[in-house]
Amino acid sequence: MPVSAAEPGSGRRKGPAAATDPGFAVYVHWPFCASKCPYCDFNSHVRDAIDQERWRRALVADLENALDAAPVGIVRPVASVFFGGGTPSLMAPETVDGVLGALARRGLVDGDAEVTLEANPSSAEAGRFADYRAAGVNRLSIGVQALDDEALRVLGRAHGVAEAVDAVSAAREAFDRVSFDLIYARAGQTPRSWRDELERALAPCPTHVSLYQLTIERGTRFHAAHARGELALPGEDDAAAMYEETAARCRAAGLEAYEVSNFAAPGEECRHNLVYWRSGDWLGVGPGAHGRLGQGEGRTATRRWRSPEKWLEAVEKAGSGLEARETLDVPTRAAEALMMGLRLVEGVSAERFERMAGRTLEEYVGTERLRRLVRGGFLETSRTGARTTLRGRMVLNAVLGELLSRES
Amino acid sequence: MTDPAHIRNFAIIAHIDHGKSTLADRMIQHCGGLADREMREQVLDSMDIERERGITVKAQTVRLAYTARDGRRYQLNLMDTPGHVDFTYEVSRSLAACEGSVLLVDSSQGVEAQTLANVYQALDADHEIVIALNKTDLPAAEPARVARQIEDVIGLDPSGALLVSGKTGDGVVELLETIVEKLPPPEGDRDAPLKALLVDSWYDPYLGVVILVRVNDGSLVKGQRVRMMAARTEHTVEQVGVFTPKRADAGRLGAGEVGFITAGIKEVADTLIGDTITDAKRPTPRPLPGFEPSKPVVFSGLFPADTADYGRLRESLARLHLNDAGFAFEPETSAALGFGFRCGFLGLLHLEIVQERLEREFNLELVTTAPSVVYDVHLTDGGTLQLHNPADLPDPVRIDRIKEPWIGATIMAPDEYLGGVLKLCEDRRGQQTDLTYSGRRAVVAYRLPLNEVVFDFHDRLKSVSRGYASFDYRIDGYLEGDLVKMSILVNGEPVDALSIVVHRSNAESRGRTMCEKLKELIPRQLFKVPIQAVIGGKVIARETIPALRKDVLSKCYGGDVTRKRKLLEKQKAGKKRMRRFGRVEIPQEAFIEVLRADARHV
Ligand SMILES: Nc1nc2c(ncn2[C@@H]2O[C@H](COP(=O)(O)OP(=O)(O)OP(=O)(O)O)[C@@H](O)[C@H]2O)c(=O)[nH]1
Ligand SMILES: C[S@@+](CC[C@H](N)C(=O)[O-])C[C@H]1O[C@@H](n2cnc3c(N)ncnc32)[C@H](O)[C@@H]1O
Ligand code: SF4
Ligand SMILES: [Mg+2]
Repeated sequence: MPVSAAEPGSGRRKGPAAATDPGFAVYVHWPFCASKCPYCDFNSHVRDAIDQERWRRALVADLENALDAAPVGIVRPVASVFFGGGTPSLMAPETVDGVLGALARRGLVDGDAEVTLEANPSSAEAGRFADYRAAGVNRLSIGVQALDDEALRVLGRAHGVAEAVDAVSAAREAFDRVSFDLIYARAGQTPRSWRDELERALAPCPTHVSLYQLTIERGTRFHAAHARGELALPGEDDAAAMYEETAARCRAAGLEAYEVSNFAAPGEECRHNLVYWRSGDWLGVGPGAHGRLGQGEGRTATRRWRSPEKWLEAVEKAGSGLEARETLDVPTRAAEALMMGLRLVEGVSAERFERMAGRTLEEYVGTERLRRLVRGGFLETSRTGARTTLRGRMVLNAVLGELLSRES
Repeated sequence: MTDPAHIRNFAIIAHIDHGKSTLADRMIQHCGGLADREMREQVLDSMDIERERGITVKAQTVRLAYTARDGRRYQLNLMDTPGHVDFTYEVSRSLAACEGSVLLVDSSQGVEAQTLANVYQALDADHEIVIALNKTDLPAAEPARVARQIEDVIGLDPSGALLVSGKTGDGVVELLETIVEKLPPPEGDRDAPLKALLVDSWYDPYLGVVILVRVNDGSLVKGQRVRMMAARTEHTVEQVGVFTPKRADAGRLGAGEVGFITAGIKEVADTLIGDTITDAKRPTPRPLPGFEPSKPVVFSGLFPADTADYGRLRESLARLHLNDAGFAFEPETSAALGFGFRCGFLGLLHLEIVQERLEREFNLELVTTAPSVVYDVHLTDGGTLQLHNPADLPDPVRIDRIKEPWIGATIMAPDEYLGGVLKLCEDRRGQQTDLTYSGRRAVVAYRLPLNEVVFDFHDRLKSVSRGYASFDYRIDGYLEGDLVKMSILVNGEPVDALSIVVHRSNAESRGRTMCEKLKELIPRQLFKVPIQAVIGGKVIARETIPALRKDVLSKCYGGDVTRKRKLLEKQKAGKKRMRRFGRVEIPQEAFIEVLRADARHV
């Protein structure tokens, strides 16, 4: 695989990234938040009171059921467990402990497993960090979102900058591995102001950050405001400049891009998300969680009831929150392998694509079409696989459009 | 059969939206044509498109029984006409079937361009005219001012003008009385050989072709053998009836009456509007003068968005044509858009209506190309060519000269907007022929090339006058012009469906506008895309669409895979609305939007 100057570090990162088994992971969804942010379309809900004990039992039951229902050969020691949300830092540490205990009883978590929990940076939650640590969590991902009080207000966040910075320090005391999220290309932001903000964010030398361009999601309050013309978002060229700046600043701080929005010091990549992007196997438990199980022919997708109440009722009645299970056909597997794999700097391996699509990428996409994208500087191909260049990654939707439009 | 002395045939004429159809409602109600529960607003506007847009497209005739104050019963044949300039021919044939007109003027708005045009038509048809000032219920009504305007601008005596409100019904009885008093009864000899005017015809799924007739002499009865004199066909009359507005059997139609017949005719194309219907055994010696057939003036390409729909488009056009002889269609092949049809229309509203009906009633998705006029191309070898499609223009060396259609236009506007109106006309190569005032309202006459008007003139006129200007025109001959074909190259390849014929003096600015417009309309692609406007191999304008820079989902984790994949699929489906040229995808709207100048470019 040719390595161009624009491709940070991917050639170096062999080891686990090149392994043929993308791994097995468990995702646990916690669907509650203290308040709903106006940009967020995650499955998150605000509820007055949550019966932690009842939810612990239900999550464990859903997990046990998912493990039992998985096809033979899938269930193996996990590479990762991830508590995502919503706001999992609103979970009682006992609830986290219950879920991890269930996996441990089956011998599925060992000391190597990465166990991440998403946390909101409010002081109340920071107080629980040590307890999560004790329950087995070894990595924290904190939703800082912005280092500007006014911006945090507009984003509808319950915390200020100071609180967020404190939460990150507290997390670093409790955990070896800490990541945080920022959202950029917000209304009124310029490439310059983002650069300054990012500089401040990188000053304490994090080992992993997720930096997301603000997406206007349907059905959110931001969407409505945007439709009314009330959100002056940066244009495409500014957004592109911010993205390029982001990659450059991160690299200067020792963090290489390994995925569209994720940056890490060598070896600090989020193993959980790598399972997704490498089309591995994962169980999704809890409301609205999705799973994928099996490589190639017979790969199935599972989906759990999205509404927390509906899910809870299903688990308590039927022992499982499963809403639907579906076997994925070739075009779907191929599309998913590309749309996930090409987000990664390492790309999609030839072997994995063939396993999923039953054909080589060249056969699937067409030689001419592939060659055009390579000549245009969007893709690099080799015997071992295909990957996007920085330029290709920035316009991945259009690249995927080309790769997947099979007519003409 | 009614004694002609007790018949009044009249048309209601007015500018668009001055309230003709609403007034007709009140007249129908007053005469008991429909019970109150059967009534709805503008009941005569029966087509979906008419109801939705609140305009009349097709003239309608209703027979009413009116008992006057003198105690006599009169047969009134009322014709509600469309106000829009595209449907002027509907007005003219209605007028030919009546002796008088009710001229309706919105008393809150005053005389407008189609008021003038329609009055002149009525005068040409030798009509008596009753003037009614409508919408007097509105607080903004200024009947006195409008009456003065009628005198100033049209030259009609407004002293007998009636004040009415089609909304409240005020003044409607007075108006009916005046119609009976002032309008002349039809003349005609009931014993002479049958002589009837074929006013209109349309296709009805139950009855077949229905023919609207006005009997001048003689009478029409069921079972009669009739001859269409111009079409040279014979038919046996199957039904004779009238609309009240419900369809009713009449048994017989006598001299002076208006009604319908059916005669086992399968296709509207077998009937000629304006034809004379006579008795086959006892024909009239002198047929009626007939009408000029309405001719399409605007042509545009219609292509199925999904090429697989070509056959359905053809059938749908044929079906629509059954009821709308005003448009024409012939197959067209475009390198850019594939197989489709070049269609002729009476004007832009007509184009829009046909397009909308195809999309709605026949569930077709269409790509429409920019409308063009019919050019007379004189070739160096002595031949001539009627050019409906700019893409078909022969090589310049084979062309001796090109003639284009001109129009005589009347525009009325409040004087504060006159500057903008004049500038617009001048920019469109107009020649002013007259300018007068009525109070603070200016009446301007211009000669303009139709080519300059056909597309967005109306929109522009509205915007320079904030909607206060009105516009009417008629075709006024062909003149030679310095016309050239401009091609558009996208990524170096000519896109035939974007070719236009343009006057050399405007070519550069048009080329620039089109390139700029396309730059906005064509989304960024993976590669940068040059767009050029070219005349005879020479590039006169160019723009470049920069390559896409950022288009990626910022978040995509395990829980998002399904949703994000569907998003991608949707994006892919969206591409079906795009046409691909080499490596470039052009949205289908671009083919028509490209000529719609925005406010920056007049
Ligand atoms: N206030 C008021 N509104 C009226 C009156 N007559 C008609 N209108 C309104 O004016 C609009 C146009 O009325 P139409 O009867 O459709 O006008 P038209 O002259 O038949 O229009 P075209 O057939 O499109 O030329 C409608 O919104 C009517 O409700 C009236 O006497 N008073
Ligand atoms: C599951 S969410 C939320 C985690 C946690 N509840 C929080 O808000 O801090 C994970 C991350 O997605 C990002 N995110 C959510 N909505 C987004 C949007 N509309 N555009 C860009 N990033 C978004 C935020 O950075 C957020 O931290
Ligand atoms: S962004 Fe985080 S805290 Fe805000 S609503 Fe979404 S999941 Fe909850
Ligand atoms: Mg009307």
